[in-house]
Amino acid sequence: MRQNLAVRNLKAKPVRTGILILLTALLSLMICGGTLLVASMRSGLASLEARLGADIMVVPYEAKTKSNLENIVLQGNPGYFYMPVERYEKIASLDGIAQISAQFYLASASSGCCSIPVQIIGFDPETDFTITPWIRRSYAKQLQTGDIVVGNDLNAFVGDTLQFYGVNCHVAAKLDKTGTYYDSAVFTSVETIRQLIASSLEKGMNDFSDIDPQSVVSTVLINVAEGYSTEEVMNDINIHVKKVKAVQTKEMISGISASLKGTSDLIGVLIVVVWGLGVVILLLAFSMSVNERKREFAALRVIGASQRNLASLVMQEAVLSGLAGAVCGTVIAVMGITAFHTAIEEQLGLPFLMPSLGKQMLTSIISIAAVLVAGTAAAAVSAYRISRIDTALILRGEQ
Amino acid sequence: MNVTTKQLTKEFPRKSGGSNRFTALQPLDFTLESGKLTVLMGRSGSGKSTLLNLLAGLMHPTAGTVMVGETDLYAMPDRELSAFRNQHISVIPQGQTAIYSLNVLENVLLPITLNGTAGTSEIAYAKQLLEQLGIAELADVQPSELSGGELRRMAIARAFVRRPEIILADEPTADLDDENTKIVFESLKSAAHNGAAVLMVTHENGAEQYADRLCVMKSGVLTDAEE
Ligand SMILES: Nc1ncnc2c1ncn2[C@@H]1O[C@H](COP(=O)(O)OP(=O)(O)O)[C@@H](O)[C@H]1O
Ligand SMILES: [Mg+2]
Repeated sequence: MRQNLAVRNLKAKPVRTGILILLTALLSLMICGGTLLVASMRSGLASLEARLGADIMVVPYEAKTKSNLENIVLQGNPGYFYMPVERYEKIASLDGIAQISAQFYLASASSGCCSIPVQIIGFDPETDFTITPWIRRSYAKQLQTGDIVVGNDLNAFVGDTLQFYGVNCHVAAKLDKTGTYYDSAVFTSVETIRQLIASSLEKGMNDFSDIDPQSVVSTVLINVAEGYSTEEVMNDINIHVKKVKAVQTKEMISGISASLKGTSDLIGVLIVVVWGLGVVILLLAFSMSVNERKREFAALRVIGASQRNLASLVMQEAVLSGLAGAVCGTVIAVMGITAFHTAIEEQLGLPFLMPSLGKQMLTSIISIAAVLVAGTAAAAVSAYRISRIDTALILRGEQ
Repeated sequence: MNVTTKQLTKEFPRKSGGSNRFTALQPLDFTLESGKLTVLMGRSGSGKSTLLNLLAGLMHPTAGTVMVGETDLYAMPDRELSAFRNQHISVIPQGQTAIYSLNVLENVLLPITLNGTAGTSEIAYAKQLLEQLGIAELADVQPSELSGGELRRMAIARAFVRRPEIILADEPTADLDDENTKIVFESLKSAAHNGAAVLMVTHENGAEQYADRLCVMKSGVLTDAEE
């Protein structure tokens, strides 16, 4: 019955209960939503790091201006640049290189020759160490000439045929979501992309009209050998190989890391402010709710409720309304982020990858627990005060 | 069960502050006997409610003891004292004491449902009490819709519902008409004659005729009225 009385009390005051639920919902929305947002940006960044997957990226000198490079490599605006393969060979001969592989870029045009406008990235299956491990997760076989693998966001499916510069390509696999621009890119082996580059030249649709597709690369990815520092190898390349620029991939994504930090700090501050205010309002709300019912609590004492009974009644009301609010807020946060994550991603301009369902659940449960702790702590003050009331004195007062 | 006080005393700090204390109940040796309706009269402010609250275990005495049967009320921790009050002592306090989220019948049954569930016979008895007090048709109504007199009768029914051994009523007929006053007096009297120890504080003229024992409180001193 005492459990029931708490429910009855909540039902009897729908407005007051509604405000309590709304408040706790706001708290859980903030903490769950904020945590999921930050976690999604973090895993987006981690995923980008993994896709870059190399210590050093070498690009032709012409592409070195950071904005150009970032545009293509980080933001995924379709683009391309080339350098002679000799530079790759020169780099490969230097000391301190554990893994090295070239990549080949081509952007498909938005009309005419091509099914869709995308960034096409070619890799060399013999040496590649960044893209292959990731493709393996969706496609175990060797890519044949003419095979392509598409990013998760592309509207193409295994078995489809896509046309680029008049060449028919067969979709062999679709990749897992990464939350980065790689989700809207197309991957293929070096032979295939060379065909595509050649075809784009034939059609006069490539900005670099005087290249030989067989003897160019776009970027060179390097993992540094043990015993060498990244700076050392990077400087070595910049000194010994002409007309290239070696950059640390960590540095390339430092801009993204910085804005991620800025955004997550902002979210953190917002959570602290809303929680600070929310807990104060909850304190007041419980205190008011208990004060206006002083006489009822005194009546319960007369009937034989103990001090503990009164405190537990207040706590039950707090837990019930807190639980309802916390669950609502959490559900809204998870559903909201799931439904609008593309829009959020565009708004933030950061790689965005929702955590796994398990992690979402865990975050929700922790958020609900945190709101319950805050709500019950705020109610505990009133519960303690009401348990100590002077029953006789209250009964003397005017009703 | 009898309720017996030994040197029971209550002092309050003066409202004006200072170290000045004022004695609302002078040291009192008194027995509230079972099977009897004891009527307590006296001027407002003489200490009647103070004594009643002390007997109910609702107000810690400055000195002295209250024994209910073999039990020393104020020697128990709050939890035991509350449970003891719930089982043995019914109080009809001054003023309104409704729980507004429950309907009238649920309010009446609350002493039982506080720590358990009401059985069919208990529910039937609660309805019978409402019937006796003339508010049977209000069983499903919320207290906010009741008049002062109806609320009071609800509180009286609630005090009777556990068939308590001790009933302490503080001006139970304050907002009742003559007819209902008579009903309340008679039910208190019959509870006493069924074995309960009943104390009724009242101003009502005519209450004397129901009394098995008539006491008067004057400035914190209780005396038996001379016949
Ligand atoms: N909680 C209290 N604090 C201070 N004074 C009180 C308190 N309760 C009662 N009194 C004082 O004790 C005296 C007796 O009060 P009370 O027992 O209520 O009188 P009665 O019920 O006979 O009208 C009054 O002077 C009253 O002001
Ligand atoms: Mg009084």
